[in-house]
Amino acid sequence: MDRPLRLIPTEVTPAAELARTLEALLVVASQPLSIAELEAATELDAEQVHDALQLLAERYAEGRCGIVLEHVAGGFAFRASIEASDACARLFEKPVEKGLSQAALETLAIVAYLGPVTRPEIARIRGVNVDGVIAGLVERGLVAEGGRENEFGAVRYRTTPLFERVFGLESLAALPRVDDLGDDVAQIRERLEAVGR
Amino acid sequence: MALAVRELELDLDAFEGPFDLLLSLVLREELPLREVDLAEIVVAFVANLADRGELDLDACGEFLVLISALLELKARAMFPEEDAELAELEPEEAAEELARRLAEYRRAKEAARMLRERLDLRRDLFFRLGPAPLAPRPERKLAQQEPEQLAAALRVLATPPPQPSTAHMGLRFPPVAQFLDRWRSLLRRRARFDFDQEVEGLTRVEVAVAFLALLELRKQDEIAIAQASPFAPIRISRVAAERSLSWTVRSA
Repeated sequence: MDRPLRLIPTEVTPAAELARTLEALLVVASQPLSIAELEAATELDAEQVHDALQLLAERYAEGRCGIVLEHVAGGFAFRASIEASDACARLFEKPVEKGLSQAALETLAIVAYLGPVTRPEIARIRGVNVDGVIAGLVERGLVAEGGRENEFGAVRYRTTPLFERVFGLESLAALPRVDDLGDDVAQIRERLEAVGR
Repeated sequence: MALAVRELELDLDAFEGPFDLLLSLVLREELPLREVDLAEIVVAFVANLADRGELDLDACGEFLVLISALLELKARAMFPEEDAELAELEPEEAAEELARRLAEYRRAKEAARMLRERLDLRRDLFFRLGPAPLAPRPERKLAQQEPEQLAAALRVLATPPPQPSTAHMGLRFPPVAQFLDRWRSLLRRRARFDFDQEVEGLTRVEVAVAFLALLELRKQDEIAIAQASPFAPIRISRVAAERSLSWTVRSA
């Protein structure tokens, strides 16, 4: 009575077959794979890949098994399910985001929203020197150099795909807007004047 | 015996006596730092160190701190204050500018708070990290090749290459005086000019030497240097002629 374990129905549709292949690719990959990369590996077109990904997204939704498929950093990747977090935490560290200071987060926010930006520009907004903070973020792999202002100009910094992955963003465009948040200039001005009186 | 940095005897154009006295004169603003050649002080210290024949790290450390403080003071004295732009504004405008900067920083703080929240949401999510072992791209198939063409191409490669020129290896520093003359003659014709425009097309080394010449002119009070913000164009203007004239009269 040893029947094979059936995760996929026996009548294998083309999409289900492709889903198996994508599953295999994603389990080998150590960073998110884009649709273009999946197309190239399977030698199929975007629509077919998309359909198969839909199948996988259902199968690997949170709560169904130990693996979850997520759309992150411009591609698709497997991660551990949230139920497994305690066990994972006993065995693994999260060195990239561990102990990020407030200064590091503010700098990261400026690079993410206004990037690519130079160190003097960040320092102007934060009001303090940011050389050390930037070096720390580069070391963590959250920020990288992205060209220069001009030939002799200052180096510009931008966030990396790892930043998007750690923060669970599909892309930088998925960042929430800050324009409408916080006090505007007029309100702050009123408060300044109130203090001056 | 330890080398007392402060007692280092100096014999400079602008000053003669112990280093300690020089420091207090500079700090009391009785001796303009602009006239003191800091490089000479370094030379005097190194010579003193060499005479002793042993390396006194404490003395070197103290000297480094003092000389770098002097260098910073001198550099600051040569350029207009950083916040001069803010100081020159009317109180109304200054308040507006301050409020604008505060609002900008507030947005950054707000964005940082949202990032922190996202991070907290993902605290318990684990994923694999590491370089992906990507396969090399498959080679493209080549069209049928003509062996004769290959031979012809190889023959071209087989001829000895021309002797490479190493002329570019040595850094050639044009003399500062050359740029001093150039700036002075330019300033006779024009009251002000734009540094970046004038050095356009020059090599990196030439630009550096041209800039050194500017510093020299500034030091001798012949020009004023202004820059609106970091990396903005550097503007040079002639210092009013009457002033230098009156100096000549007094010293005559």
